[in-house]
Amino acid sequence: MTTETQGPVVEPSDASPAAQSLLGRGVEQGVFEHGRSYLRRLRGGEMGALPAIGGLLVLFIIFGSAHSAFLTPRNMANLITQAAPLVVLGMALVFVLLLGEIDLSAGVTFGVAMAVFVKYTQPDGLAWPVGLALAMGIGFAVGATIGFFVAKIGVPSFVVTLGLFLGLQGVILMVIGAGGTYRLIPEPIKAIQNSNMPVWAGWAMLAALVGLLVLVAMWDRWRRARSGAPNPALSIVLLKLGTIVVLGAAFVTFMNLDRGRAAQAIMGVPIVVPVVLLIGLIGTFVLDRTRFGRYIYAIGGNREAARRSGVNVTAVKWSAFVVCSSLAVLAGVLYVSRVGSADASTGREIVLSGVAAAVVGGVSLFGGRGRLMHAAVGAFVIATIENGLGLLGFSAGATLAVSGGVLILAATVDALARRRSGGGSTNS
Amino acid sequence: MNQPIIELKQVTKSFGPVDVLKGIDFEARAGRVTALVGDNGAGKSTLIKGLAGVQPYDGGEVLFDGSPVHLHHPRESARHGIEVVYQDLALCDNLDIVQNMFLGREEMAGGTFDEGRMEVEAAAALQALSVKTMTSLRQKVASLSGGQRQTVAIARSVVKQAKVVILDEPTAALGVAQTAQVLSLVRRLADSGVAVIIISHNLQDVFEVADDIAVLYLGTMTARLTARETNPDEVVGYITGTKTQEAAA
Repeated sequence: MTTETQGPVVEPSDASPAAQSLLGRGVEQGVFEHGRSYLRRLRGGEMGALPAIGGLLVLFIIFGSAHSAFLTPRNMANLITQAAPLVVLGMALVFVLLLGEIDLSAGVTFGVAMAVFVKYTQPDGLAWPVGLALAMGIGFAVGATIGFFVAKIGVPSFVVTLGLFLGLQGVILMVIGAGGTYRLIPEPIKAIQNSNMPVWAGWAMLAALVGLLVLVAMWDRWRRARSGAPNPALSIVLLKLGTIVVLGAAFVTFMNLDRGRAAQAIMGVPIVVPVVLLIGLIGTFVLDRTRFGRYIYAIGGNREAARRSGVNVTAVKWSAFVVCSSLAVLAGVLYVSRVGSADASTGREIVLSGVAAAVVGGVSLFGGRGRLMHAAVGAFVIATIENGLGLLGFSAGATLAVSGGVLILAATVDALARRRSGGGSTNS
Repeated sequence: MNQPIIELKQVTKSFGPVDVLKGIDFEARAGRVTALVGDNGAGKSTLIKGLAGVQPYDGGEVLFDGSPVHLHHPRESARHGIEVVYQDLALCDNLDIVQNMFLGREEMAGGTFDEGRMEVEAAAALQALSVKTMTSLRQKVASLSGGQRQTVAIARSVVKQAKVVILDEPTAALGVAQTAQVLSLVRRLADSGVAVIIISHNLQDVFEVADDIAVLYLGTMTARLTARETNPDEVVGYITGTKTQEAAA
């Protein structure tokens, strides 16, 4: 056990072959290699959204063959508007789930915000942008309150948000009045979930999305090359972009088919699609490419390590709860846009579906693992179960039971994956 | 080279009525590995926490490169280039090697991460320590072995261009082969011009890697030895208090 490595070992490192080889190692040189390393990650327990995507495909096949109406453009458009609030709520929850925290009050937070919004934007009330700003302010305030208790004081988020879950229901009742219902008036808000884009705008949206992704990919590659870091093979980028182009084109084509009943044609991509897409893109950018996002992952992985590395844990946690509640209000906007009214129960049930969406999609309840895209896929799984079972004439009870079973299944997959990747050691 | 990069003069620290450090003199020199040994409760951790800025000393003087400094906060220690590699490593399992090495001091360009630059610097840091055992810089830390994790933790301090690196029991949880790897890593770190302070209970490790040995006994520095001129028996004597040495070596 004697190591006599005394000589000077340090040389200018840029040019040395060892550094170059270490630098290049693991950078995929082709589509085949990319596939192999993906499989390796899968075996290591990093399954991501794969089980959810698989489940979604299975559901589509089952419902598609069980009922002829399921795979029609009309029902798919319906499914999208059904899923949209859940997608955004799930994405909101990802920000706190990544920290290993939870927000059980996200649903009633948007309930309060929407009760206020709908009540005060009645014809004789406020202009809708003012009302929307007010609603966002409520989300911000609730998030800041949760953040204060969880991040600053150290009360478990489960307890704080459970308390708010009960308390905010009371606030909704006070705003709305017992048994009351307010109809949603502002047309632009109604349009989000009830109108479609012109046919050309669907294609323009896809072109803009692909253009953006191409620009980002080029910018990334240029910047890596400038620093001297090797880039993965271009074929991998092209494969990913190609997949998006093909799937996107299929989607836009499908949505541009006429789905009206008779005289009046209904066609085009629902307006909610670019809205949700934009929220998802901005959120993903924040999580992947900014310090705030990176520190959320770091705190979820090992809080103490993050703290010792100079991360301001309190501030990051606090902000994450603010982001979660604010995004939840946006989910509420999509919700009332679809339902067309707000009453005392708005947002009460949906929060658990939101958590379920995130977990089903592959976001870990233990923190540190998951992406916004996962929550979106999970939300579609939950919405598809509701939609499909509804079409087949099952009761709401059966839908709830199946959704609950899927959630437990997903949480089991999460726990098993966690055991497999050995991630259980640090977060105690 | 003769001037110590860190010099402690008569530092004291007490917790209530308990004097944990009773006027310690200590120094660490660039390019040398200084082992800090002593029994449990001798004051090793307290001494280290003072240098890390986590628990400031009550009295005495800290000289950094010959000029007095006040280490009252981890940030001040970090600014002087003092880095601590903790026993429990403090890595995030869910982040990859590069992300861990740059956690808290990411390279930014245009408001977003400059991943390429971080990868290049991480590779250079690992290469400077002659580390060759990683499959990819983008590997999640969860998938690394204990020795590799220790390597990443040590390489972090190289990325930060630390002048003083304090290692708290770096081999405590490692097997024989990995211990040898980490010790040679420590040696190379010192050879690159860093002052390394290593805390260890394992005298075999200490004698393998250390140039200087400082022995703490119940809050006093009982011996400062040159590793080459002493032997394990003598060090054990100082640790257990059966031997004493008045004049510092």
